[in-house]
Amino acid sequence: MKRPILEIRNLHARVGESEILRGVDLVVYPGEVHAIMGPNGSGKSTLASVLAGREDYEVTEGEVLFDGKNLLELSPEERAREGLFLAFQYPVEIPGVSTATFLKTALNELRKHRGLEPLDAMEFMTIMRQRAALVQIDPAFFSRSVNEGFSGGEKKRNEIFQLAMLEPRLAILDETDSGLDIDALRIVADGVNALRSPDRAFVIITHYQRLLNYIVPDVVHVLYRGRIIKTGTKELALELEAKGYDWIKDTAELEA
Amino acid sequence: MSERVESTDILDQLTSEDYQYKYGFESPIEEEIVPPGLDETIIRMISEKKGEPEWMLQWRLQAFRYWQQMKEPHWANVRYSPIDYQAISYYAAPKRSGGPKSLEDVDPELRRTFEKLGIPLHEQELLAGVAVDAVLDSVSVATTFREKLRSLGIIFCSMSEAIREHPDLVRKYLGTVVPPNDNFFAALNSAVFSDGSFCYVPPGVRCPIELSTYFRINARNTGQFERTLIIADEGAYVSYLEGCTAPMRDENQLHAAVVELVALAGAEIKYSTVQNWYPGDKEGRGGIYNFVTKRGVCLGDSSKISWTQVETGSAITWKYPSVILKGDNSVGEFYSVAVTNNRQQADTGTKMTHIGRNTRSRIVSKGISAGYSNNSYRGLVRINPSADGARNFSQCDSLLIGDKCGAHTFPYIEVANPTAIVEHEATTSKIGEDILFYCNQRGIDTETAVALIINGYAREVLSKLPLEFAVEAQKLLAISLEGSVG
Repeated sequence: MKRPILEIRNLHARVGESEILRGVDLVVYPGEVHAIMGPNGSGKSTLASVLAGREDYEVTEGEVLFDGKNLLELSPEERAREGLFLAFQYPVEIPGVSTATFLKTALNELRKHRGLEPLDAMEFMTIMRQRAALVQIDPAFFSRSVNEGFSGGEKKRNEIFQLAMLEPRLAILDETDSGLDIDALRIVADGVNALRSPDRAFVIITHYQRLLNYIVPDVVHVLYRGRIIKTGTKELALELEAKGYDWIKDTAELEA
Repeated sequence: MSERVESTDILDQLTSEDYQYKYGFESPIEEEIVPPGLDETIIRMISEKKGEPEWMLQWRLQAFRYWQQMKEPHWANVRYSPIDYQAISYYAAPKRSGGPKSLEDVDPELRRTFEKLGIPLHEQELLAGVAVDAVLDSVSVATTFREKLRSLGIIFCSMSEAIREHPDLVRKYLGTVVPPNDNFFAALNSAVFSDGSFCYVPPGVRCPIELSTYFRINARNTGQFERTLIIADEGAYVSYLEGCTAPMRDENQLHAAVVELVALAGAEIKYSTVQNWYPGDKEGRGGIYNFVTKRGVCLGDSSKISWTQVETGSAITWKYPSVILKGDNSVGEFYSVAVTNNRQQADTGTKMTHIGRNTRSRIVSKGISAGYSNNSYRGLVRINPSADGARNFSQCDSLLIGDKCGAHTFPYIEVANPTAIVEHEATTSKIGEDILFYCNQRGIDTETAVALIINGYAREVLSKLPLEFAVEAQKLLAISLEGSVG
């Protein structure tokens, strides 16, 4: 049996006074695709932020192992270098830094961490062109500032492009489907599917089942009020779509 | 993460009280100092000590009389305690002997900064004030360069030497671009200037090297009232570098330099500055006041003057390198990166005065504010009635790091000719926690992320600097902003 890439045990986290995660348990193995669904405010994006190491969140209890290492004691950049990638729900614009420069810096930081030589400009360009094709990114974007003046859909595609460039071991997609039209959704999903591999796991956070028509998950979880209250197969997503979140909320309250 | 950033904060260490005390930048140096205060006797004394001719003395005295009737200006967006001009000593003969004997004796933190900047060893020695060998070394380098320049007819020497050896040139041009009564600080400088650089490039000669004070004998300790005059005769070209990227200390708090550039027909002058004077401690105490008047005149047709500046030092910077576009088809350029951190204040920009026909000017200003600092761009584009077909393009960008600092833009545009085209663009952006976290999440640490963003932001200006200077300036920007985030 392979070792889990991610192991979350009884994770509690809060922002200021309000506790948002209230005992999350989750185990993800390499090669798996997990979907985390849930109504607004259930803690989905908080979970993504805590895993990536955003400072605004305070972990009050529990532990997170990333490939057996204590994730919570690593800085955000160390987590990234260990192979954790977050596709942001709201990717920021970085003025004055071209996508090419940004990704070259990032990729070489990761390589340095793994004891590899930095890529030279030619090698880097070759990889970049090849990966850009995966998500239909126009190479003209390489010389533009990161996300500056990009449409919502372009920003999301750019996140998946970065995922393809940085080849993480665990990719967390935080509502990557939000704001995408059906064509963009298909491009993003095709990109993700092409990047699935036995060594790489995905955690896909989404509010809607729609994305899961294109990226078929191995496991579906429902997060509600800071806890995972139901776990199932892709059929669970379909059931949620048909019955709405109220159905699961009622179940949760009955059990509680 | 924030701890790590703090521990590498060189500026912090350089500017802490402890540092000042321990490494004795204020340690007594053997100097020949005239008593504090300013009157005609002092000016006569300065002129005499420098062995100046009578006309120079009279010129200084006239400037002093102007100065007495002028008031210190307060329109700049900076604040400082009143300066007592009678408490300043206006002349100190450079007789430095108390410096460290070798680099081994120099403060290790300072050396680490030098290494980070990639400054060659002999230059480090020069900057740290190491005596003997280093200076001899530099003198020999300088002598070689001077011989080469002389064979081309280029004059490059100290202002004092120029007054003695080339009085006709000095008398013809000194004060023609920045008259002694131009402003309060220019008048003060004209009365008491200590020394500076003089350069004359004869007609049709292209100066083959970048001139810098580093290659000029007796360039050190030119003092707080530096005076520079550069003349490019018809069809000549010269590129001049001022300052250096290493942190510069000085016992004198007030610096009021004057730089005059004269470009005759078809000539081009490129003037690049990297200014890194001591900015004061974190609270802004003890930093240099840098009140500078820099101006060039495109006297002849089709001449060009280009200012490029990277300003990272000084507690207060008050500086507007300007161009008077007198000749037809002449071109003026101003490229600037001004960084303020902690309590630094900068009010800087340019004036482009279009007089000749089809004159063109271009202004690219990039302000970066961090900490509690204040950074203002102040610019004037004036198109005179005679300037048919004049064009100006201005780009003024501000970058804020954190939310305690300020950025201000004061662009003045005066157009008196209907055929002129004037364009102005401005942007403001901010490096916030969100951007840094995004970079961190891609494996890029905060320090690298800031450097990446700053260099991208300042690229257009840095690319105007001579190559090796640009590389140093790039590192300097990153170092100046270390510890400003995280």
